[in-house]
Amino acid sequence: MDLPGRSIISIRDFARDEILGIVDKALEVKAGEWADALHGKVLATLFFEPSTRTRLSFEAAMVSMGGRVIGFADPNISSTRKGETLADTIRTVTGYCDVIAMRHPVEGSARLASEVASVPIINAGDGANQHPTQTFLDLVTLKEEFGRLEGLAVGMLGDLKYGRTVHSLAMALSLFGGRLSLISPPGLRMPAHVKEELDSAGTRYEELRDLGELTSDLDVLYVTRIQKERFADFQEYERVAGAYRIRRDTLTGPCTRVRLMHPLPRVDEIAEEVDATPNAIYFRQAHNGIPTRQALLGLVTGVIR
Amino acid sequence: MNAAKRAEKAHKVYAIESGTVIDHIPHPMALKVVEILGVKQDGILTVGMNFPSQRLGRKDIVKVENLKLTAQVTDRLALVAPTATINIIEGSRVVEKRPIHVPKTFRGLLRCPNPNCITNIESVSTHFVREGSESEPAVRCTYCERLYREPAQLVV
Repeated sequence: MDLPGRSIISIRDFARDEILGIVDKALEVKAGEWADALHGKVLATLFFEPSTRTRLSFEAAMVSMGGRVIGFADPNISSTRKGETLADTIRTVTGYCDVIAMRHPVEGSARLASEVASVPIINAGDGANQHPTQTFLDLVTLKEEFGRLEGLAVGMLGDLKYGRTVHSLAMALSLFGGRLSLISPPGLRMPAHVKEELDSAGTRYEELRDLGELTSDLDVLYVTRIQKERFADFQEYERVAGAYRIRRDTLTGPCTRVRLMHPLPRVDEIAEEVDATPNAIYFRQAHNGIPTRQALLGLVTGVIR
Repeated sequence: MNAAKRAEKAHKVYAIESGTVIDHIPHPMALKVVEILGVKQDGILTVGMNFPSQRLGRKDIVKVENLKLTAQVTDRLALVAPTATINIIEGSRVVEKRPIHVPKTFRGLLRCPNPNCITNIESVSTHFVREGSESEPAVRCTYCERLYREPAQLVV
């Protein structure tokens, strides 16, 4: 695995062994190895679109491993507002830091940034396209929970059409020979282009309308939020969203031992009463963002090998 | 072929003495082919459309007189006419016959239809990679990563 100097733009850029290597490195970091490895390194967080959690996670990752952070969280105060191109902003900032974490509303912006920067770019979300550190932290959580990524039975529930997180995770899991249950309302099914990729990877999957149609046990259920904006009619939204809500009494039958994951923020798709059950691992999943991002920051800056 | 049929065929598409014949163009791409080759002003040009074809059902043909197009030029037709065959004619005889080679990557030739792709916002040359076979190519934008199954429509 040769990561020093490399940008983290898309999960597509990584082979199976590289993904496994990064996941294992994140678990080493979580276990306390590599403390202070980022000492003397500077991260620039360039958030051209607000995303407080992701930015805080990157900053906490850097600072708690001995590094320092510069950057902005609001494009209105940056030079973009004066009409500077993204490429020029990156060409400039690249001289101030060792690594850049960037979120931008335009798809492909992170790829362009990586082509003009002389330091590695970590994509913290480029529009509807990719958010690879989220996918890596999901995989780290699965590996931590099950000791493996191979052959897991993973359910994905909710909005599978617009959910960038589930698209990337499904593609990543297709490298590990699992079985996917894609559970969504008919209007929010997994897009054809993702299913075609699953087909060409030989991944087994089924499409279901609701959890009641499950016929075999799941290891994991990855829950996503169904957004109000997707529905013209509020009553229709209430009816659909209600049918996909996880409660304590959902955790029976094939879901008795299921681990519940969620990219957060949650609204009401998982009832709070579920938080105290052993099934709920979504907050641990969010916390895994720190060692995952630390491992990636360390690997691309060459201080973790 | 009897004399009447021969005469009919000759009338439809007359043979050229020298130049390039692009055959087996999928219908109705002939005009797009002319546009991409940029040969409108380069002498006599014959465009035939909607011929019956065993291979394609219907096909178009373009004949460019007195101009021998190189592979580098004709490979630009890869996405609009991947099935095309190129015949170079000299002294009324075919001296070279070649298929179109569909490149693995396309730089600058295509436009990404995604309005929220960075290539439509900043001045950056587009870059697509081919996925799928040469006969049914699909292309993926290396920036926004969207896959397009009808790449012919992306040709600028």
